[in-house]
Amino acid sequence: MNAFWVATIGTSIIAFILKYTGHSIPKAWLEHPTIQRINVLIPIALLSALVGVQTFTEKSNLIIDHRLAGVGVAVIALLLKAPFPVVVISAAVSSAAIYNWL
Amino acid sequence: MRDSLSVSLTVGAYGVAFGAASVANGFSVLQSCLLSLLTFSGASQFAVVGVLGAGGSAISAIATASLLGVRNGLYGVIMAPRLKVTGLKRMVAAHITIDESTGVALGSEKRGDDAMRQGFWLTGFGVFLFWNLFTLAGALGAQAMGDTRAWGLDSAVPAAFLGLVWPRLENNRNRALAIASVLFALAMTPILPPGLPIIATAFIAIALGLRR
Repeated sequence: MNAFWVATIGTSIIAFILKYTGHSIPKAWLEHPTIQRINVLIPIALLSALVGVQTFTEKSNLIIDHRLAGVGVAVIALLLKAPFPVVVISAAVSSAAIYNWL
Repeated sequence: MRDSLSVSLTVGAYGVAFGAASVANGFSVLQSCLLSLLTFSGASQFAVVGVLGAGGSAISAIATASLLGVRNGLYGVIMAPRLKVTGLKRMVAAHITIDESTGVALGSEKRGDDAMRQGFWLTGFGVFLFWNLFTLAGALGAQAMGDTRAWGLDSAVPAAFLGLVWPRLENNRNRALAIASVLFALAMTPILPPGLPIIATAFIAIALGLRR
């Protein structure tokens, strides 16, 4: 079983355990404001880190390439309050344009 | 009812981006579809394919995705006393407990308990249906493309993450955390094995949360 299968199955199992646990534990356990705060902050940290790593790295190297153009256009689209599909497609189109023609 | 349908369709359409990103990062069409069927949590799924695509290990990928999935557990805590279901029904409810079903349910709460429960189930099943159909479409599309970089899919993935995090950046604390996380992950990239720089940023979030 390769890494892709391990990740696919492992993630699925843990995702369900997390969801089911939430439905089964007493509410009071998780009402603490610190837990609530951390729960808001963790996705922000991880998603931001993923944006950075997926834009500027290849293996263990930092690089600037066509992806920066794509993500730059995505930022502009988000500032203009474009809906999610427009953000993703405009990023892909501008990145592809630079990759193919420069 | 209208809320549920529009949310289901819009969110479901993101499934195209996921299916395409997943195949672009080396997952098969079958694995992409299984992730959508069984993990069924957008941010976690993008994280798995993002971390493995960046050369990370399966463990890093699972850990990052699972940290993002903790949120669904907390939604479960909120929804369980409102849904009051047991046995198999509770397992189904748990599986469809995500951002959108919880959001629509809580948004419908002022119209009564029935509207709230209907909002949860309709949105959960609706998103599940469209998310999986569109994942298949995106995965098959990307498979047919060949060199996915020539189609810009390697930028679609970070753009998707950006689109997911953007609505959460509503105050200075959150924006500062986002910038710090990007810089920290990039600074650690040449030093740590792939995947770990991403998970490590969770500690910045925890430290910030503990400080209040």
